[in-house]
Amino acid sequence: MTSTIHSDNPITKERRDRFLSRQSVIEMRARERARALLDPGSFREVLNPFDRLEFPWLPLQGIVPESDDGVVVARGQFAGKPAVIMAIEGAFQGGGMGEVSATKIAAALALARRDWESSRPILPVLLLETGGVRLQEANLGEAVVAEIHAEIIALRRHTPVIGVITGMIGCFGGMSIAAGLCSYLVVLPQARLELNGPEVIEQEAGIDELNAGDKHLIWSLMGGEQRYETGFVDALVEDDVKALRQAVQALAERGVRSRHRSEMVEEYRRRLATIDPAAPPDGPALRRMWPREVKS
Amino acid sequence: MSLRAPVSSRGRTWFEALAENALPINTGLGSLLVADPTWEGERVRLLVIVPDPQNHFPRARHGELGLEEGWALAHHVRDAIAADSSSPKRAIVAIVDVQSQAYGRLEALLGIHLSLAAAADAYATARTAGHPVVALIVGTALSGGLLAHGDQGHRLLALGAPGVIVHAMRKASAARITRRTVEELDELGKTVIPMAYDIRQFAKLGLLHELIAGIDADAPSAAQIAKVKERIAAAITDIRSNPGDLTSRLDNAEAKVTRAASIEVRRRLAEQWNAP
Repeated sequence: MTSTIHSDNPITKERRDRFLSRQSVIEMRARERARALLDPGSFREVLNPFDRLEFPWLPLQGIVPESDDGVVVARGQFAGKPAVIMAIEGAFQGGGMGEVSATKIAAALALARRDWESSRPILPVLLLETGGVRLQEANLGEAVVAEIHAEIIALRRHTPVIGVITGMIGCFGGMSIAAGLCSYLVVLPQARLELNGPEVIEQEAGIDELNAGDKHLIWSLMGGEQRYETGFVDALVEDDVKALRQAVQALAERGVRSRHRSEMVEEYRRRLATIDPAAPPDGPALRRMWPREVKS
Repeated sequence: MSLRAPVSSRGRTWFEALAENALPINTGLGSLLVADPTWEGERVRLLVIVPDPQNHFPRARHGELGLEEGWALAHHVRDAIAADSSSPKRAIVAIVDVQSQAYGRLEALLGIHLSLAAAADAYATARTAGHPVVALIVGTALSGGLLAHGDQGHRLLALGAPGVIVHAMRKASAARITRRTVEELDELGKTVIPMAYDIRQFAKLGLLHELIAGIDADAPSAAQIAKVKERIAAAITDIRSNPGDLTSRLDNAEAKVTRAASIEVRRRLAEQWNAP
């Protein structure tokens, strides 16, 4: 450790203590994240790794499956009320959605809806850490991601459906559409939210269009802070369990959204009409053009 | 809109064939065609994405689903929902021939994920509001293109013809991302059914309501057009009597074999949902 501290950035005792007391979400795996979000002692995993599910497609390709297929579904209490957390494990296959992993989410959303239809409230929270459809199960992954879309749309009439994107993978592909359908989104600055991964944009459109290695550029387009400042997400929090819990709780308390972002068609068409593709804005310019509040 | 002759595409061919004499609605975009024909008393809204070399957004000039296309699809589907709010619900038919989503820096910045979400949302809303929603795949149905324009329908129909392809990503990109060669991907597609690009393999997943064989997808005869229209109309009738939702794609002979894992996960998750 060095004792040289830049004078513009004094590390006060208060700031240091706050930093040291933080419990990082990014450093946790999916199961720990779900456990940390739920009230202490209330975590109960549905379809746990000892259930010995079958994985039809990965072994055919010489890929060793994981017993949970990279998704943890956990029932429990959140702020004293029933909740279900659907957490994607970014460390397995980049969080890619295969038949089993995506079905776990689609089925959990459907069961949450059934609960609401029987007057049993339950708060659904999605922890989205995913490159999108798992290409090794391409068409089936995509088909089940479409089921996830349908279920989010059906469920968010009853309850806020809250999506959380922590990083470091981010949320891409078909699951970025799922994020766009959520009632509310919480992101960390380290998160990214975008349909197309930088590598795919570079592959499809060329390195002049986007250099997938340029981290600064990429975060200026799709990073958590940029998405917050331009109104694509609802809350930006630091990498701390307590801060994340508070943000999720505050959004849950807002209740069912009267108009979801994906229903604000005319507002976004008007926003888009302000853009000249021949003179495209960069990230900072867009923050001035598209402020957080979307005008109706 | 351009005064030049439009670029031909399968999507345009089938739109013109199925729209009969209905005048296209002005969408303000050269890349989105919408019309409301009436077939034997059945009112239908047809929507298709077509190539537009003059597209305002350069990355969406070859028939991709771009920023404007997603929001415009949402607008025109919701427009039909609003117009029919107190009258019989017209059927909505998405003709699918989409070169995936548009890939670009501006698309990323302006949130193309939300544009596609809006389109998917509109189709799902039409489905649950009582409009029969059918997707007819006549060409490529790639990735976000299908998720936003087709996948939320009650029923998926496809032409059993060369060049009818459903997949999560274009082959070259899928190869790069999975660190494989295109040849290896083709080889894998023979044994790993969900990875195949061929529509006949896709049909084994149980996701298709019907594969319509014996059709020239590029230059259909009058009899072939009549047959396709008749099959769409049959699907609409089927939906009106038994709408179901997306889970009905699990309830067929093909899915019972290839999607046994989906069915098992749903069964066991439901079993364990409430604490013992």
